[in-house]
Amino acid sequence: MSSSQIPVLIPVTFLLTALLIPLLGLINRSLAQVSAVIASGLALVFSYLGLQAVLSQGRISYHIGGWMPPLGIEFILDSLSAFLCVVFCGITLLVLIYGKTSVAHETPGKDIPFYSLTMLLLGGLSGMVMTGDLFNLYVFLEISALSGYALLGIGNRRASLAAFRYLTLGTAGASFYLLGLAFIFYSAGTLNMADLTQMLPFVQDTRPVSIGLVLMVLGVGLKMALFPMHAWLPDAYTYASSTATALIAPIGTKVAAYVLLRLMFFVADPDYMRHDLHLTQVVGYLGAIGIIWGSIMAICQKELKRMLAFSSVAQVGYIALGIGLASPLGFIGAVLHILNHACMKGCLFLFSGNLRLRLGHSTIPKFSDTLSRSMPWSSAAFALAAISMIGLPPTAGFFSKWYLALGSIEQSNWIFLAVLLVSSLLNAVYFFRIMEKIYLKPRNAGGNDSHGDAQQPVAVARNEAPGTMLVPTLTLAVGLLVLGIMNAWIITHVIHIMIPSGL
Amino acid sequence: MTPEMLTYTTSLPFLAVMVSMAAVPLILISSNRPNMREFWTLAAAFVKFGLIFSLLPAALEGRIAEYTIIQIAPGIDLQLRADPMGMFFALVASSLWILTSFYSIGYVRGANEKKQTRYFASFAVCLSATIGIAFSANLLTFLIFYEILSLATYPLVVHKETDEAYRSGRMYLIYALTAGVLLIAAIGWTYALAGTVDFKPGGLLNGIIQDPWTAKILFLLFMAGVGVKAGIMPLHSWLPRAMVAPTPVSALLHAVAVVKSGVFGVIRVVGFVFGPEVMHAFGLNLILAVFAGTTILVASLIALKQDNLKARLAYSTVGHLSYIVLGMALISADGFMGGIMHLANHATMKITLFFCAGAIYVNLHKTEISQLDGIGKAMPWTMGMFTIGALGLAGVPPINGFVSKWFLCLGALQADQLIIVGIFVVSGLLNAAYFFPIVHRAFMRKGDESIARHGEAPLLMVVPICIVGVLSLVLGFFPNLVFHFYDLASTVAGNIMHAATGITTASVFP
Amino acid sequence: MYDFIQGYYAYLFLATLFVIGLWGMMTKCNLMKKIMSMSVVQSTTILFWIVSAYKDDARVTVLDKSLGVDNPDIYLNPLPHTLMLTAIVVAVVTLGVSYALIINIYREYNTLDEPTLLERMK
Repeated sequence: MSSSQIPVLIPVTFLLTALLIPLLGLINRSLAQVSAVIASGLALVFSYLGLQAVLSQGRISYHIGGWMPPLGIEFILDSLSAFLCVVFCGITLLVLIYGKTSVAHETPGKDIPFYSLTMLLLGGLSGMVMTGDLFNLYVFLEISALSGYALLGIGNRRASLAAFRYLTLGTAGASFYLLGLAFIFYSAGTLNMADLTQMLPFVQDTRPVSIGLVLMVLGVGLKMALFPMHAWLPDAYTYASSTATALIAPIGTKVAAYVLLRLMFFVADPDYMRHDLHLTQVVGYLGAIGIIWGSIMAICQKELKRMLAFSSVAQVGYIALGIGLASPLGFIGAVLHILNHACMKGCLFLFSGNLRLRLGHSTIPKFSDTLSRSMPWSSAAFALAAISMIGLPPTAGFFSKWYLALGSIEQSNWIFLAVLLVSSLLNAVYFFRIMEKIYLKPRNAGGNDSHGDAQQPVAVARNEAPGTMLVPTLTLAVGLLVLGIMNAWIITHVIHIMIPSGL
Repeated sequence: MTPEMLTYTTSLPFLAVMVSMAAVPLILISSNRPNMREFWTLAAAFVKFGLIFSLLPAALEGRIAEYTIIQIAPGIDLQLRADPMGMFFALVASSLWILTSFYSIGYVRGANEKKQTRYFASFAVCLSATIGIAFSANLLTFLIFYEILSLATYPLVVHKETDEAYRSGRMYLIYALTAGVLLIAAIGWTYALAGTVDFKPGGLLNGIIQDPWTAKILFLLFMAGVGVKAGIMPLHSWLPRAMVAPTPVSALLHAVAVVKSGVFGVIRVVGFVFGPEVMHAFGLNLILAVFAGTTILVASLIALKQDNLKARLAYSTVGHLSYIVLGMALISADGFMGGIMHLANHATMKITLFFCAGAIYVNLHKTEISQLDGIGKAMPWTMGMFTIGALGLAGVPPINGFVSKWFLCLGALQADQLIIVGIFVVSGLLNAAYFFPIVHRAFMRKGDESIARHGEAPLLMVVPICIVGVLSLVLGFFPNLVFHFYDLASTVAGNIMHAATGITTASVFP
Repeated sequence: MYDFIQGYYAYLFLATLFVIGLWGMMTKCNLMKKIMSMSVVQSTTILFWIVSAYKDDARVTVLDKSLGVDNPDIYLNPLPHTLMLTAIVVAVVTLGVSYALIINIYREYNTLDEPTLLERMK
C-alpha cells in the first residue's frame, strides 16, 4: 500500500465501520465495540504511517474520484493534519476500549447506535482534518456535529435538552460558516484551500472577504466554544454519558480549533488577519477572557463533570490565546496544547466515568478519603492529570503554558502573560480542592487525635475500576508525563515543520 | 581559580537525584512492614550521600560533573551539573537527611503518627527534589525540581490532618504555587532576553540587560519566586504556620531543604543569573539588602514574643535565612563566602534545635517555652545540645555560627557598610535574647515533679541530636572538615566575583 | 437610496430573514418554534448562495445543444447550486435529528415549553 492513499483511508475506515456496526450488531451485540476498537486502531496505524510519510516526504494530496483540484475535492495530509489525526485516533482508541464497561453500565442496550454514531463522528472529524476544500469541510463539520448531537443525547434524562441546545447553537454556527464561505467563494471564485491561499491576496482588501472571514471565524468559534459562544458546552458535557464526553471533550473542540488554525494561518494570510482584520487579536483576547471566566466558573461547580466542562472552556481559551499571539511560539503553544489538553481532559473525564461506575455519582462534596484507598490507581491518575492541568513541570500541561508564556513575553503582551499565570492558580484552586478531599481525611472528623489512637485504618475494600477502564485512564496519565518530558522532541521533529510560512 | 572549569559527563548526579525517587515505590510497597520501609529510607539516604560524596574530590579539583537527562524544550536541556555551589548544598542536604531519617523513625514511632508510609514517601520525594535543585544546571531544571519540592512538601505540612494543618497547608500551597508561577514568568522573560537559561558564574544576564526597569521588575519577579521559600518578609508568613507539620519535617524541610532551596535560589539568581555587575549597576542589591535587613530585625523581634517553641524557632529561621540573603546583597567576596557558609552552618544548628524541640514533644508532650522549667535535668543531653545550637546561632565562638557571621561582617566591612555590620551585631544580641530564656528555664529553674521522673528521649532521637550538635561545634573549629565546606564556598565566591571586575569594593551600593 | 434598494433588494430581504431566524432561536420559548427559526436561518444561507449565483440573461446550467459550450457567460455557475443541494440534505438531516431529540424530550417531560421544562427538571 503506498502512502498516497492514506488521507482518504482514515475517514473511509470510520465511515465504513459506522455502516458495518449495525449489521454486525445483528449477529452479536458485543461485536459493535470490538469493531469500533479495531477501526480506530486501524485508523491510528494509518495516521501514524501517514505522519511518518509526511515527515519524510512532505505533504500528501489525494484527489477524490481522480478529479484534479481546484475543481475536484482534495484530501490533504500535511504535518499538521497528520499530527492531529494521530492525536485523536490515539485518544479515540483508548476511550473506545474504555467504553466496553462504561457504555454497558451507563447506557445499557444502546451500544450499537452508540458505537455507530461514534464512528460517524470520527469519520466527520477526520474528514474535517483531512479535507482541502472549504465546502467539503462544512459537510464533514455537519456530519461530525450531527452525530455528536445524537451521541450527547444518549445520556441521562437531561441529556436530550442539553443536546438540543447544542444542536440549535451548533447549527447557527454552521450557518454562519456557510454564509461566510459564500462571501469568500464569490470574491475569490474557489473553494480549494491551496487555491484560496493563492487567490485571497488579490481580493483580501475588499469588504466581502473581510465579512466572510469574520463570519467563518465566528462559526468555527462557536463550534470550538470560544468564550462568549460557549454556553452550549457545560450542559452538553455534563449530562452525556461518560464515554461520549470523554470522546467529544478532548477531540471535538480541538478539531474546531484546528479548523481555526487552518483558516487563519494557512488559508488566509496571517499578516492580513493580524494587521488588517485584527481577527487574531480578537480571538486571542476572547480566549484570554474565556480562560479566566471558565476557570472561575469551574471553581463554583459542585459536580465533577460540570467542573471539567467549564475547565474545557478555559482550556480552549489557551489555544485561542496561542492563535492570538500569531507568532511561531504561539503556534507551537496552541498545537502542543491541542495534544496536551486532549490527553489531560480525556484522562479526567475517564476518571469521572470510573467514579460513576463505582460510586454512582461524581458530586464533589461527597468525595472522601476512602476514594484514594478504594480506587488508588484512578485517584493517582486523577492527581497526575490535575497537576498537569495546573501546569506544574514536568507534566505536559506545563510546557504548552511555557511556550505560550514565552510567546507573550516575546511580544511584550503582559495581559496574556498575566492571564496564563493567574489561570494556573485558579486551576490549582479547583483541583487541589478535590485532591484534598480524595487524599486527606475530612475536616472535623480527625479532630486533634494526632497521637493516641493512631494507625486505625478503617478497612476500605478495594473497589478499583475494571481493567478495560483503568488501563486507558492510566495510559493517558502516564502519557502526560511522557509527553511533558518528550515535548522538545515533538516540537523539533513535528511541530516545527508545520509552522506556516507566513508567521 | 577561573570560572572556566573543566566539565566531564557522568550519570552520578542523576543517580544521586533519582535514588530517593526510586525508593518511593519500595517504601509504598512495604507499607505494612515498618522495618522494611524504614530500611529503604535509610538505604536511600546512605546511597544518596555516598553518591554525592563521591563527586566531591573532583569538584575540589575544579572538575564539574555534568549530566544531560534529555532536551526538555528546544534550546534548553534538562541538565544536572555538580558545580561547587550545587555540591555544597547537596552535601548539606544529603548528610542531614541521614540523621533526620534516624530521628524520624524515632519520632514517628515515639509520637505514634498516622500514615507513616505517606510520610516517608513524601520525604524521599522532597529529598530528590532538593538534590535536583542543588544540581540544576539551568533555570528550567531548577524550576522543575522547585515545583516538585513544593508539591511533595504539601502532604507533610498537612500530615496531622487537623483543621489547623489544612489551613496551613492551603496557605503553603497558595504561597508556593504563586511563587512558582511568578518564577515561570521570570524564567520565560530571562529566556526571551538572553536566549539561554544556563547558570553562569558572574551572571547569565551580565551585559544583556540594559534597561533599568526591565532589570528591576525581572529581579523582583525572581525574588518573589524564590523569596517565598527563602522566607524574606513580607513573604514569610507560611513558614511559621507550616510548623504544624511533624517536627522532623520542620527540622529538615523548614530548616534545611525547602527554605534553603529558596535561599539557594537567591544565591543562584544573584550570583549566576544577574551577576554582581548587573546587581550593582541597577542597584538591585540595595533592594535585596533593604528587604533582608528588615527581615532579620523584624523576625528576631517577633521571635522574642513567641511562647511556642517551634514558632520561636521558625521566626529565628526566617531571620537567619535573611543573613544569607544579606550576604548575597553585599556582593563582595567575603559576603558571598559568609552567606554560603551560613547556609551549611545554620542548617546544622537549626536542625539541632528542631530535633531538640521534637524530642521534648515526644518525650514530655510539651510545646510551649513556659512549660520547659527544669527539663534540663530530665533531658540533659538534649538540652545540652540545644544550648550549643542556641549559642551558635547567637554567634558565639567557637561554634560554626560564629565563622559564617565573621565572614558576613568582614563582607560588610569590605563593602564599607557599617549599618549592615550593625544589623548583624544587633541581631546577634536579639538571638541571644530569645534563646537564653529557654536555656535558663531548662537548667536554672526548678520544674514539676513529673518532669524529673522522665528520662531522656528515645535513643534513636538523642543520638542524631548529639551528632548534629557536635557537628556544629566541630565545624566551628574545622570548617573544612570532611565536607570541605570552606573550600567549596571560597571557590564559589571566587568564581562569582571573578566575572565582576568592574566593581570596587568600596562602592557596592550605588 | 432607491437604487440601493432596487439593486440589493434580494440581499436586504435575506438579511431580514436571517435576523428574524436568529431572533426566533434566541427568544422563543417553545422548542418547536426554535426549530422553525433554525430552519429559517439555514434556508436563508442556502438562498444567499443561490441569489449570489444569479446572473442576468443567463440560463440554468443544463447543456443546451443549440447554444453549445463555447460561451460560458450564458450559463449560470453550476457549482453553488450543486453545493446547495448538499446543504439542503444537511439541513434536512439536522431537522431529523432535532425532531428526534424533542420527541425524546416530550416523552420525558410532557412539554416543549422551555421554562416549564426547566421547572420539571429540578
